[in-house]
Amino acid sequence: MDESKIEKHTIAVLVDNEPGVLARVIGLFSGRGYNIESLTVAEVNNADHLSRITLVTSGTRMVIEQIKAQLDRLVPIHRVHDLTDEGPSVERELALVKVAGTGEKRIEALRLADIFKATVLDATLTSFVFELTGSTAQVDDFVGLMSQLGLVEASRTGVVAMSKGPSGF
Amino acid sequence: MSEQKLTGAQIIIKALKDQGVDTIFGYPGGAVLPIYDALFQQNDLRHILVRHEQAAVHAAEGYARSTGKVGCVLVTSGPGATNAVTGLLDALCDSIPIVCLSGQVPTHLIGNDAFQEADTTGITRPCTKHNYLVKDVNNLARTLHEAFYVARSGRPGPVLIDVPKDVQFADGIYVPPTEVKHKTYRPQVKPEIARVEEAIELIANAKRPVFYTGGGVINAGPFAAKLLTQFVKATGFPITSTLMGLGAFPASDGQWLGMLGMHGTYEANLAMYNCDVMINIGARFDDRVTGKLSEFAPFSKKIHVDIDPSSINKTVEVDIPIVGDCGAVLEDMLRIWKARAKRPDQAALKEWWGQIDGWRARNCLNYNRTESVIKPQYALERLRDALRGKDHYVTTEVGQHQMWAAQFLPFDQPNRWMTSGGLGTMGYGLPAAIGAQIAHPDAIVVDVSGEASFLMNMQEIGTAVQYRAPVKIFILNNQYMGMVRQWQELLHGSRFSQSYSEALPDFVKLAEAWGCVGLRATTVAEVDEVIEKMLAVTDRPCIVDIAVDPKENCFPMIPGGKAHNEILFGPDDSPSSATPEDGMVLV
Ligand SMILES: Cc1cc2nc3c(=O)[nH]c(=O)nc-3n(C[C@H](O)[C@H](O)[C@H](O)COP(=O)(O)OP(=O)(O)OC[C@H]3O[C@@H](n4cnc5c(N)ncnc54)[C@H](O)[C@@H]3O)c2cc1C
Ligand SMILES: Cc1ncc(C[n+]2csc(CCOP(=O)(O)OP(=O)(O)O)c2C)c(N)n1
Ligand SMILES: [Mg+2]
Repeated sequence: MDESKIEKHTIAVLVDNEPGVLARVIGLFSGRGYNIESLTVAEVNNADHLSRITLVTSGTRMVIEQIKAQLDRLVPIHRVHDLTDEGPSVERELALVKVAGTGEKRIEALRLADIFKATVLDATLTSFVFELTGSTAQVDDFVGLMSQLGLVEASRTGVVAMSKGPSGF
Repeated sequence: MSEQKLTGAQIIIKALKDQGVDTIFGYPGGAVLPIYDALFQQNDLRHILVRHEQAAVHAAEGYARSTGKVGCVLVTSGPGATNAVTGLLDALCDSIPIVCLSGQVPTHLIGNDAFQEADTTGITRPCTKHNYLVKDVNNLARTLHEAFYVARSGRPGPVLIDVPKDVQFADGIYVPPTEVKHKTYRPQVKPEIARVEEAIELIANAKRPVFYTGGGVINAGPFAAKLLTQFVKATGFPITSTLMGLGAFPASDGQWLGMLGMHGTYEANLAMYNCDVMINIGARFDDRVTGKLSEFAPFSKKIHVDIDPSSINKTVEVDIPIVGDCGAVLEDMLRIWKARAKRPDQAALKEWWGQIDGWRARNCLNYNRTESVIKPQYALERLRDALRGKDHYVTTEVGQHQMWAAQFLPFDQPNRWMTSGGLGTMGYGLPAAIGAQIAHPDAIVVDVSGEASFLMNMQEIGTAVQYRAPVKIFILNNQYMGMVRQWQELLHGSRFSQSYSEALPDFVKLAEAWGCVGLRATTVAEVDEVIEKMLAVTDRPCIVDIAVDPKENCFPMIPGGKAHNEILFGPDDSPSSATPEDGMVLV
């Protein structure tokens, strides 16, 4: 096994939705010099005030294990799941992409949006706002293509993820 | 009864009492006046007024480490809280259970840059195990009980509770500790038995084993230290410990190799380097201990017992990780060892001890005994002999004197030795000594100090005088920040940049100014007499100025980035050319 190999992992964390909890998680990553490639968070259980954080991070095997142990040791954290390790999972992110232009470029943008199954949320005579849901790679591809067709801005949620099959968190 | 209404301040006092707190170290200010008022109106909780909030935390650490209880601190908002930060981080680094209460500006002013407002939970988030801002008086009791639970459970550490002043005034409902159960925090105490069994097999088949134990055994309590001693005796194996674990196994025992690490003994470090089975119990592979990682115990299989899963495989990959409390694990280890009637390979063990005795014969702590100047090691040997058989506690500051104290003062019991290991905070020793003395009024408490460290929190003499805490401040005065000077000598071409202790006070007069006893020894002949006089003082602090050799360096030393078998024994070994560049950057 190559110990210095950098692996990319998606980690889901269930936390008490209390003030400062996100700062604890982010502070842990910045303070210890870990990577965050993406981080999403929202309350998922209103009655118990639980939030779910989805993190994409990378590091050697030892660092990934350390990240999980460090997360788990934060007091308001309920559970830490390494979706990458724990078998198949699905991952999605949502992007809003604004493209401005006229003529052939505008038509091409619309055609590509159709291929990517993006929907049009807003249209003017000179612009579109597309909504796209897909894997990180798909969103990357779409944004890459749009950059040649008048991309104005993109806003992405980062990854949310879930294990496949019947068992839950 | 359960619907009883109290003010926030009263709730705090009641919760502290219900948590078994008898002493709180603190310093008042505007944002905690209601709590001070509630303190005034009761007699069960004793408040010790320090002279600086940093010292309140260190005193609470000394109190906690010497009793096994949670240390308790009370500071005001803004500067009170920021002054406490160093102490909190010190407690975090050394896993000391502390609950620190801080005042905060009233809830409606938070975020307005109000007078003496600080984002205390923000500032202390990375300096505490956990912290809270309590905005609703009805959450106050629950939060306090939770804080004590978090501070003492699992890997202990400091917990801060920030309480806005309006919450201290408001009426709320008290809940007793029994009604509070933490939602998420459940550290694993009992180990996985299969792992312990695996470990026992490895231990029983070892040819060149060594126990490497640490502060976790002290954290686990005196019972764990007793079990450790039994297990080590049952195996007949050699044992070494980190700076933080001294006293868990009796230093007077023949199996004891002394401390390991940067300033550890030759025999301890070589036993680590050459071992085939390492049994780590409650130590965390600190860089001062491992030295060069790629050459750390290269021939060994490693067992690691730790209650904090993040300590395992953090820097050193181990073969058998065991998550659990040292006491619980040692109990299982001893039981299985006995049940399986294990007996290690006696021939191999004999050969191993033969090798170790060879290293021991090197007598690595030897120093140049002379009549012409007081060697710091000599002063400590005399202190050691004077303390033998007496009920005593030792704290230290940070520097050479700290390392010499670790090398030359033997501890046969846990909780007797208090030092700032992880953060290395100069100024820790005096307040920690006061905390230990408050907890053990009839014992002898000595702060082994350096002249530079002493100046960092010397205002605390006032505290010691006020509470008639007869702490002994034993200053090994070498007129230098000796540890800094040593590194400059060894690694920076003897350019002693800013490491000379200029403009020192007359420590004897300083003592007298405070109404303490001041003593000085400048010749070898005076050392015993001064120690005797110092120990005779029982009603006030005593400051002892021992004028030691300013040039003495602390050996053995493994320079940063070197392996355990690359040890410097004394001034004749030259490391500068041999210190690798990646070693130079280490602290
Ligand atoms: C100037 C200077 C020089 C130093 N030189 C040396 C040196 O030469 N040698 C040396 O050893 N140190 C030295 N130190 C100290 C060093 O920096 C570390 O503080 C020390 O080595 C850490 O000790 P430890 O491994 O026992 O860990 P600790 O910091 O005591 O940590 C305890 C470990 O045990 C675990 N634990 C806690 N409670 C329990 C429990 N109940 N059950 C199980 N596990 C538990 C914790 O999770 C943690 O991993 C020096 C410090 C200074 C300031
Ligand atoms: C608060 C703080 N500042 C700086 C240091 C760095 N430092 C480590 S040892 C030391 C010198 C200590 O001098 P002294 O107390 O006289 O002890 P000696 O080494 O001479 O025994 C210094 C400055 C530290 N550990 N803590
Ligand atoms: Mg000095």
